[in-house]
Amino acid sequence: MDTPRGQGARPANPRTRPARDGSTMQRVLLYVALAFAALLFVGPLYWLFSSALKEPGEIYSFPPDWIPSSAHWENFSGAWNAAPFGDFFINSMIVTAGGAAIKLVNATLTAYAFVFLRFPFKNVIFLVMLGALMVPNNVTLIVNYITVSNLGWVNTYLGLIIPSAGSIFGMFLLRQYMMTLPREIVEAARVDGAGHMRTMWQVILPMCKPMLVTVGIIAVVDMWNDFIWPLIVTNTVEMRTLPIGLLYLRTTDGYENWGGIMAGTVMVALPMLILFLFAQRQIARGLTGGAVKG
Amino acid sequence: MASRTASAAAHTTSGAATPASGSASGGSVRTDLRGRRQRSWRRHRKEYLLFLLLLSPNLVLIGTFEYWPVIYNAYLSLTRWNMLSGVPEWVGLDNYQYLLTSSNFQQVMMNTLLFTGTVVIGSVVLGLALAVLFNQRIKGRGLVRTAAFAPHIVSGAAVATLWLFIFDPNYGLSRVLLDPFGVASPRWVTDSDWALVSLIIVYLWKGVGFIAIVYLAGLQSMPEDVYEAAKIDGAGSWTTFRRITLPLLSPVTFFVMVITIIGTFQAYDMIAVMTGGGPGNATTTLSWYIYEQGFQASNAGRGAAGAMILFVILLIVTGLQTKFVQRRVHYR
Repeated sequence: MDTPRGQGARPANPRTRPARDGSTMQRVLLYVALAFAALLFVGPLYWLFSSALKEPGEIYSFPPDWIPSSAHWENFSGAWNAAPFGDFFINSMIVTAGGAAIKLVNATLTAYAFVFLRFPFKNVIFLVMLGALMVPNNVTLIVNYITVSNLGWVNTYLGLIIPSAGSIFGMFLLRQYMMTLPREIVEAARVDGAGHMRTMWQVILPMCKPMLVTVGIIAVVDMWNDFIWPLIVTNTVEMRTLPIGLLYLRTTDGYENWGGIMAGTVMVALPMLILFLFAQRQIARGLTGGAVKG
Repeated sequence: MASRTASAAAHTTSGAATPASGSASGGSVRTDLRGRRQRSWRRHRKEYLLFLLLLSPNLVLIGTFEYWPVIYNAYLSLTRWNMLSGVPEWVGLDNYQYLLTSSNFQQVMMNTLLFTGTVVIGSVVLGLALAVLFNQRIKGRGLVRTAAFAPHIVSGAAVATLWLFIFDPNYGLSRVLLDPFGVASPRWVTDSDWALVSLIIVYLWKGVGFIAIVYLAGLQSMPEDVYEAAKIDGAGSWTTFRRITLPLLSPVTFFVMVITIIGTFQAYDMIAVMTGGGPGNATTTLSWYIYEQGFQASNAGRGAAGAMILFVILLIVTGLQTKFVQRRVHYR
């Protein structure tokens, strides 16, 4: 699995050489392109954060003031009061933490079983489980709603969490990782009299830490950002998660202040942006895992 | 977000995973003799039970919420039901017949093709261009790469809300940028000529940074000797790119296409926030249609039939990808 590295990962890369040998003109063009790309991606993000701090007068003027004269935090309190953002936050936190935790446990237990335990036709079972990745959520939407409704879980945390608590891709990544571990270590632990559960907990899991972090972070991002399932499985404002709450805020009658809406948007986006800044490499590895194998 | 990436990744890798997993099991139970199998059951009973115990929660969840829906959805697509009361009423192929002959559904399929097709082409072209840029030895590329990747992990609802403001014809960034050229900002999301364009722009902005990361990983794992040979042969950098880099990257391109297709099928958040499928049905894609039929028009059967059509399309696409990637492996 190739993961994108920091800069200078491969300094002697042949494809980079033409740039170094190339003319000054070529280098200037490259920097112009890079600056353009930077503006393209940073610009909208800057627009988001600056607007969230602008007074209405600064937003509703043309041409706009690029820099807020002073931080207008009232946008945040305004959004917080216009919609029950406290509830949204609590719901999103419960759903994200609960869902990601169960997913991680499932991924770990399943991967361990597939790698370190004997069972007839276990590779067939593995492929059958992996095959579920072929099922798009468009197909599961209606039936899962019926199932959850029959279980009496509509508009509950169980209904929000359980349908996405199974782990397929996380299990796959962890299994591939565990297969690279030296088996002697496991056998040594077994000889020392450790049962499977202890071996998993004390020997295997510490060695899998990088992949566990990756799988956990991907699960957190997935649960936090999920939109369509929380939209259909909840039906009261108090049970909505943040992404749905943001839609609710914008469509609330009489709430048309872009400053406040951008403040709400920041509240939804910022937690994942912060996570991203700390864990960019793990996220990239988790998302591209197995992508570039040819 | 990751799940759609994930599914495509598994399509690419599952083939490679099989032989590897065979070696892990050690082949200890691979035998045709029933007696020996029974003996091995007895001998390893504890281990087998533990295996089942560890597997069962995940197995039950995947069975209930991934596999069962496929079966039941196929059945529902042959019925009429409002999901509220009563039971599904068998109508045979009526739903499919309706969909394939309705001009409304043709519009939906056209929207889907335009949205998905444009985003796929845009992702490949812009993603590759960005990756080539990030692969140059220039200062600041790491920072720009991070900025380009960031929108990918932000909630689609948040990105869509931000862009709604950017697209605001009176106070949005789009007016600010177009004004110097004397161009009035279109009424992006409320104009049926521009609504789908708006969705495409936002989807590309959110996703293309990640595609660039995928391509970058591909570029950095290229065999160097081929490039040395090309250089010795006197190939210029454009020829090298077109004749060597692009063909070698084609498995990556296929992967990118598949995850982008799957991704556009999941773009519920953007459509819900920006257009709600409108104006009219200008931005009603197949996936939005499924949601609309199932949960707004209370027509579970028709929604289920739409979902089956989507499923078949996806199976064909991933089947083609698998076949293509296998052929490439042989070719190499």
